[in-house]
Parts: sequence; structure tokens; C-alpha cells
Amino acid sequence: MPGGNPGISEAESGNFIWSRRDLLSLAGWGAILTCFAAAGGAILRLLFPRVLFEPPTSFKAGYPTEYTVGDVSEKWMKSQRVWVVRLPNTIYALLGICTHLGCTPRWLGPENKFKCPCHGSGYTKDGVNFEGPTPRPLERVKITLGDDGQLVVDKAFRYRYELGQWDDPNAFVKYSGA
Amino acid sequence: MPEPEKRRTSLGEIVTNNYVWRSIFRHGYADTPRNRVLQVSANVWLHLHPSKMRRHGIRYRHTWCAGGLTFLLYLCTVVTGVVLMFYYRPTGEYAYWDIKYLDFDVPFGMIMRNMHRWAAHGMVIFIWLHMFRVFMTGSYKPPREFNWVVGVNLLTLTLLLSFTGYLLPWDQLAIWAVTVGTNMARATPLLGNEGPFGPQLGMTPRYDARALLTAGTVVGAPTLLRFYVLHCIFIPVIASILMILHFWRIRKDGGISGPL
Repeated sequence: MPGGNPGISEAESGNFIWSRRDLLSLAGWGAILTCFAAAGGAILRLLFPRVLFEPPTSFKAGYPTEYTVGDVSEKWMKSQRVWVVRLPNTIYALLGICTHLGCTPRWLGPENKFKCPCHGSGYTKDGVNFEGPTPRPLERVKITLGDDGQLVVDKAFRYRYELGQWDDPNAFVKYSGA
Repeated sequence: MPEPEKRRTSLGEIVTNNYVWRSIFRHGYADTPRNRVLQVSANVWLHLHPSKMRRHGIRYRHTWCAGGLTFLLYLCTVVTGVVLMFYYRPTGEYAYWDIKYLDFDVPFGMIMRNMHRWAAHGMVIFIWLHMFRVFMTGSYKPPREFNWVVGVNLLTLTLLLSFTGYLLPWDQLAIWAVTVGTNMARATPLLGNEGPFGPQLGMTPRYDARALLTAGTVVGAPTLLRFYVLHCIFIPVIASILMILHFWRIRKDGGISGPL
């Protein structure tokens, strides 16, 4: 009993920790604050909808032969924000989101680099950053060869170079056909 | 035999008996007839201006009237903003075309929109000038330290008003500016999916501080609606309440500060 009087009981001194008034007052405020907290929690949850009406993340990107070896294809850039790059033995898909602050970089063919118009971040054809403020390379997304022989790109799966994820079997497609 | 000591430290006293509390609430409230009369006679709604003030308080060289001009520009944005709300629909399909409609067809629509825009820019400029003046004249010092805190909050709210209003034209500039701005929220400590301790606390791109702002994982139509509500209702109401407090505290803290 902090601050109490040794030798005198609570009942004698009339010095209770809780009076009836204190108790009812606290219970009342407690009930009100609990209601506010519950309402606040409900409103916070309400702001995170269960279903998002956002475009599907996966799309068919055509046959590998539609892509020229050595080229950065902008075919899907406008609708899907993805570049498909075909090299002699592999095909990978780069996500067109600048890893600095999320703008869309542009592919500058003659300069052989990706360049972000917002703050000047630059990336090589591989997607590795080499200039500007961005701290890390572009992200690659899942690309697989479907049963019908078409490439399937899924932006829900992302692979980061600095985490060693570009070696993941889903981060590229092995293809060396004509 | 002396009366047993009944006094002890209660939770209430721990909360109220410190510097921060007393900078906000200077003294307790005694429920006396005099204080009840004063509640009316000192009411900020009925008597915003003091009955008398010091000579330096109306010298432009001292105050620059920067705070007053900030408030005037705020009123301009409120009036023109409400006018714009008669035409503007905050949905992905209509927002951009409603702005075009306002700009090129609605009578006086363009001037209303531009007044709103320039008053908003002016408000940001003058609030900084006001802060600079208050700092340089030392007016943030006790007993005005709490009003400085209120003012800093008002500055933040003003910048948030500008930021949320930025998205509403729904053009490329708006979308990318807000994409960049909300991406910074990913780095929020604890509450952002890329911030310190964020992932450890279960933050994901789908559920974190940024998703709260953007209403999803990308800046889209739900973001537009959310920013519209923040811009037109949520932030102005909070800012207005703080402004009332701000102006009232000028009087309560002893009027406009004197020259150094």
C-alpha cells in the first residue's frame, strides 16, 4: 500500500485505494474508451479492403520466337509495365518500376540503358543500376514457358538481384531455339 | 495525535503534474461562478480579437502579418474548394474530364480552380514565412511553447493538404507525384513494409502504412477517392480545429510577443 500508514488498517483510516466513486468513474470511462477503441479498430480495418479491384498480375507474353535475340522488347510495356529481354540462351522479364521511388524508367536503345525520367536513375540492359540515386537493380518477375509453348509472365513473383534471386529457376526461361 | 496523512500520488497527478501537461493546460479548472462567466466572455467564437492589444502587435514590421495571411489564403481555398466540389467527381472515369470541363467550359471555372491552386501555393509560402518570423522573434519561447507545437502540426497539415490535393487533377503529374510520395511511406519505421522492423511486425505491400493511403498496392481509382476524402473533409476539419486553438492560445499566452 504505497504511502500508507503502518499500524492503521484501511478501514480505520478511511483511506481506501479505491472509493466507490473512483471505481464507478473508472468503470464508466473504461467503457467509453473501450467503445472508442473498438470503433477505431473497426475503422482502421475498414480501410484495408479484402478484395482489391486491381488488374491481374499474370499474362501470356506470346511465343519466344516472337522476340529478337539481343533486343529489349517494349511490346508489353504500355499494358503490363514489363520488358521482355531475349538473350542467346535465356529470356527474362524486367519490371518497369524504378527501384528508387517507383516511377517508370524508359528503355533508351541507342544508349543501351534504362533511364528513369523522375530522378535520373540508370540501369544496364540486365537491370543493374549504375547511375542516379537508386540503391538497387530493377526487379525481375516470374517468367515460365506454358504448356502451349507461350511465355507466361507473373508480376506477383519478383526476384531481386541483391538477394541472389535472379538465379531462381522461375526468374528466367532457358531458350536457345530459332 | 495528528491526523493521518491522507494525501498520496494518484495516477491523475502523475499525468498532470509535469512540464508538458502544464505547457498545454496552464492551471486546473475551478468550477466557480466567475469562471463560468469567463467561459462566455472569453469564448473564442464570440471574442476572437482581444479587447485591447499592444502597439507592436499591429506593426507589420514585427509580424509581417504572415500568420494572418496564411489564414486568409486558407479561407480562399475553403471557399473556392467548396465551389469546385459542385463539379468535381472523385472517380477514375470522371475526375480528369471534370477538371477539363471546369477549365474550358464552366463559367468562371478556370479562375476558381486557379484561385484554389494559387491560394494553396501562397498558403505554403506564407506559413513558412510565419514560422520564420516566429522563430526569429523568439516567439516560440515559454509561455508560447505549446502554441509553437500547434503551429508545427498546422504546418504538417498544410503540406498534407497540398499533397492530397496534388492527386485530384488525375493527370500524369498527379499520379506519378503521388506514386513517388506514397512509396516513401514504405520506409515508415514499424508500419512500412520496407521500413525498420516493418517486415518483422508483419507489414506487407498489401497491409502497411502505404496501403492505408493508396487503398491497395498501386495508385488507382480507390486512391483518388481516399485522397479526396482526406483533402476535403478529414484534414481541413482537423486543421480548422487546430487553427481555432492556435488563435485562442495567442491571447491566452499573453498576446502577440513583444519585440526583442
